[in-house]
Amino acid sequence: MANVPPIPKRISSIKFGLMSPKEIRKMSATPVITADTYDDDGFPIDMGLMDTKLGVIDPGLRCKTCSGRAGECPGHFGHIELVAPVIHVGFNKVIRKLLRATCRKCSKLLLEPVQKQKFLDQLTGIEEIRHMPDDLINEAYKEASKIKTCPYCNQEQLEIKFEKPSEYLENGEKLTPTEIRDRFENIPDEDIMVIGMDPKNARPEWMILTVLPVPPVTVRPSITLESGQRSEDDLTHKLVDIIRINQRFQENREAGAPQLIIEDLWELLQYHVTTFFDNSVSGIPPARHRSGRPLKTLSQRLKGKEGRFRGSLSGKRVNFSARTVISPDPNLSINEVGVPMPIARILTMPSMVTPRNIEQLKVYVRNGEDIHPGANYVLRSDGRRIKVTNVNKDDLAEKLEFGWIVERQLKDGDTVLFNRQPSLHKMSIMAHSVKVLPNKTFRLNPAVCPPYNADFDGDEMNMHALQTEESRAEAKILMQVQENILSPRFGGPIIGGIHDHISGLFLLTRFENHISRHEAYDILRKSNARNLPKAAGYDNDGKPYWTGKQIFSQILPENLNVHFSAQVCAHCDTCKKEGCPHDAYVVIRNGELLMGTIDEAAIGAFKGKIQDRIIKEIGSEAGARFIDDMTKLAIRAIMRTGLSFGIADEDIPKEARIQINEVLAKAEEAVQNLIRSYQNKELEPLPGRTLDETIEMSIMQKLGKARDETGGIADSHMGLENSAVIMARSGARGSILNLTQMAACVGQQAVRGERIRRGYAGRTLPHFEEGDLGSDAHGFVKASYKSGLSPTEYFFHAIGGREGLVDTAVRTSQSGYLQRRLVNALQDLEVQYDLTVRDTRGVLVQFKYGEDGINSTKSDFSKPDTIHKIIHSVLNRKVA
Amino acid sequence: MTKFSLLNHESVPKHEIMTEGELKSVLTNYFVEKEQLPKIKLHDPVCKEIGAAIGDVIKITRKSQTAGEAEYYRFVIE
Repeated sequence: MANVPPIPKRISSIKFGLMSPKEIRKMSATPVITADTYDDDGFPIDMGLMDTKLGVIDPGLRCKTCSGRAGECPGHFGHIELVAPVIHVGFNKVIRKLLRATCRKCSKLLLEPVQKQKFLDQLTGIEEIRHMPDDLINEAYKEASKIKTCPYCNQEQLEIKFEKPSEYLENGEKLTPTEIRDRFENIPDEDIMVIGMDPKNARPEWMILTVLPVPPVTVRPSITLESGQRSEDDLTHKLVDIIRINQRFQENREAGAPQLIIEDLWELLQYHVTTFFDNSVSGIPPARHRSGRPLKTLSQRLKGKEGRFRGSLSGKRVNFSARTVISPDPNLSINEVGVPMPIARILTMPSMVTPRNIEQLKVYVRNGEDIHPGANYVLRSDGRRIKVTNVNKDDLAEKLEFGWIVERQLKDGDTVLFNRQPSLHKMSIMAHSVKVLPNKTFRLNPAVCPPYNADFDGDEMNMHALQTEESRAEAKILMQVQENILSPRFGGPIIGGIHDHISGLFLLTRFENHISRHEAYDILRKSNARNLPKAAGYDNDGKPYWTGKQIFSQILPENLNVHFSAQVCAHCDTCKKEGCPHDAYVVIRNGELLMGTIDEAAIGAFKGKIQDRIIKEIGSEAGARFIDDMTKLAIRAIMRTGLSFGIADEDIPKEARIQINEVLAKAEEAVQNLIRSYQNKELEPLPGRTLDETIEMSIMQKLGKARDETGGIADSHMGLENSAVIMARSGARGSILNLTQMAACVGQQAVRGERIRRGYAGRTLPHFEEGDLGSDAHGFVKASYKSGLSPTEYFFHAIGGREGLVDTAVRTSQSGYLQRRLVNALQDLEVQYDLTVRDTRGVLVQFKYGEDGINSTKSDFSKPDTIHKIIHSVLNRKVA
Repeated sequence: MTKFSLLNHESVPKHEIMTEGELKSVLTNYFVEKEQLPKIKLHDPVCKEIGAAIGDVIKITRKSQTAGEAEYYRFVIE
């Protein structure tokens, strides 16, 4: 780091321009005239494509230009003198615009002097305020190309047509690059300024190449295959083509070949130069390698995801990382990650040898590579890096000195970064502490799945071992999982109980469970609670029992006070609060659950009020501890009763089935009535709707209502003894709608929010009559998943299902691109200490972050709950 | 045609041209030059309405969902 200047230099401006032929020749180390690369002895040929004046890549040789060895010499450009000028593909757009905007005879810009001056003035104005002049320049081009006779020489202008890939036709006659170049040469400097070009740095005729720069050898290194054969880079191949054609062109022209042949050769030269720059120009076949693979030329190297910018500069591959499949381990803390032993043995942490740790580090070195907490490398203070092997490990351990660095293997307690793609928010990369475990997968507590959006159906995740003390400290303070339980998105927790955690605590706390001492200790076994409170009562046999609420209270922090409505809340018209008949009002006082059911609203990811309160009032460490205890408790609790779902759980009594059929029949009839009144033209259209829309809407509404009604019937016959109802009510998984569809009626299938209409002319399937507007002809599924769908119903269901699949596919790609653009636009904005939002130039974007300067992570679901609470505690009265 | 003021529309916030004194205190408060403020074009209808000139700074008092009322300053450019 010694050679890095202490203060970075500030770039005041960047200038872009075109390269003139003169400039190309000036920077060229040698002209390249032969298409051959190496002679028979394997030495580069002079003035060939691998000339040592262009730089060296073979070890041992020295560059003839800078006399540097391979690795020292940066490489030097050469040049090819083209026999005839060719167009540079990258500038086709500008060339076309210029041809249309300038006179074909006198080459002047086709604008009146007054207009020219006006554009010039505007340009300088725009430059002063540092805005993009693109719009103004396009305006100038547009104005100029509108004029049909030259205001200076009265020459009538002809129409210029551009034909892909690089042909210009003037009234059907081809313009040769030479002609175009001649025209551009005659454009006066003043006119060039009007169209936003700087004549000193970019004369338009330089867009037509007469000299081609040859990139240095270091840009297109050849590789030696195992067989000793040389394999040249794609760019070299392309340059060979160019030189060959260039030579043939010259020979033919000197021999006085007919015009037709010359033109063919010229076109061929144009093709090769074009594909040298860009091998994906539309309108021409891509140049191919002998094997048939398209060549990767200049533009392909830079463009796109794997190109130089996105692939090599903005993002690159890294060392000290690992990737494997993830699997759950509820016994780990949320702050931990289980690392497979084989990975722990490869990844290392550098550790400086000090008097305090030398003995420990010696043990690691002595352990070598094979015994787990070992060491893989030792860095001496002179910078030499020595691999620890079975042969030298004892020796190295003895020699260890202060100031050396030992790269020891990953062990329990190390801080690492853990990541799952797509990394859409900051919680996609969090710091975990390592727990080395057997087997080959990363293990993580299922409670941290929501922030990563991970599941265990084969997901893989990445891990990065941190290499400096600073990064480890930073990661631990800012990125550790417990510091990210609260999301800045809505100021609530995004880590919490999922699925079985919620069902488990629901089962534990919902019912008046009688839990014996033995069971109580069993449930609490994995938590830190060691003493049971006073028993809730005594059973008939005289044995004490505890309630589920008491058990849950054992893992709550002592001084926690919360009250809120649970997920099972029936949303009565007037909430009775403490007197809730559904046990849906949760009251926790001094760390004791007095009433209410623990469900998604209490401990769920995204919703959990309890984690939220613990973290905001006590701290993130207590929050993490609570989540650890809670998940373990929940899993023990659910194991006490078990929770399973079988096809019998979808059964409904016969009367219910009859009721449902009645509802469906009634709905069917109502639809028929609607259709009849529609056909008799008695139907009144809804405001702002056509008659057709009205009938569709009313049918949809009727059928939707019917489905809900059937759901209500099914629901009323299934209580909390049904495990699907337990899961849906507690918010663990699934919804009442899912249950309705399984047990009662699947309902209307829709495409784009409308009933299914596509298919044959006037009907969806041949099973129906043309013009049938009835419910079953347009995708209403009367059956339930349990009873099974009829063939037509099944087909409509597939149509609806397919739309869902297509939607998700399209949405992810669209929102991904939207996110990329947004991130690119906003990445440099920063909230300053004075709460303003500014970019890197110090230009203000917001005068106060979010207009209120509030850190959303610390707000309560974006509501002023805290303020209300403070007022309540001070004044002892409620505020609105 | 009836003339009406743009500013009377409920979704157009209050715009005022700032006086030298106000401007100075804002600039020192935020430690910026005029050019570092957000910009507004002269041909913006609201600029015409309040008669702003190039180089003026406009103070905008907006209703804000998060803060109730928020102040914003924009520098008039061509």
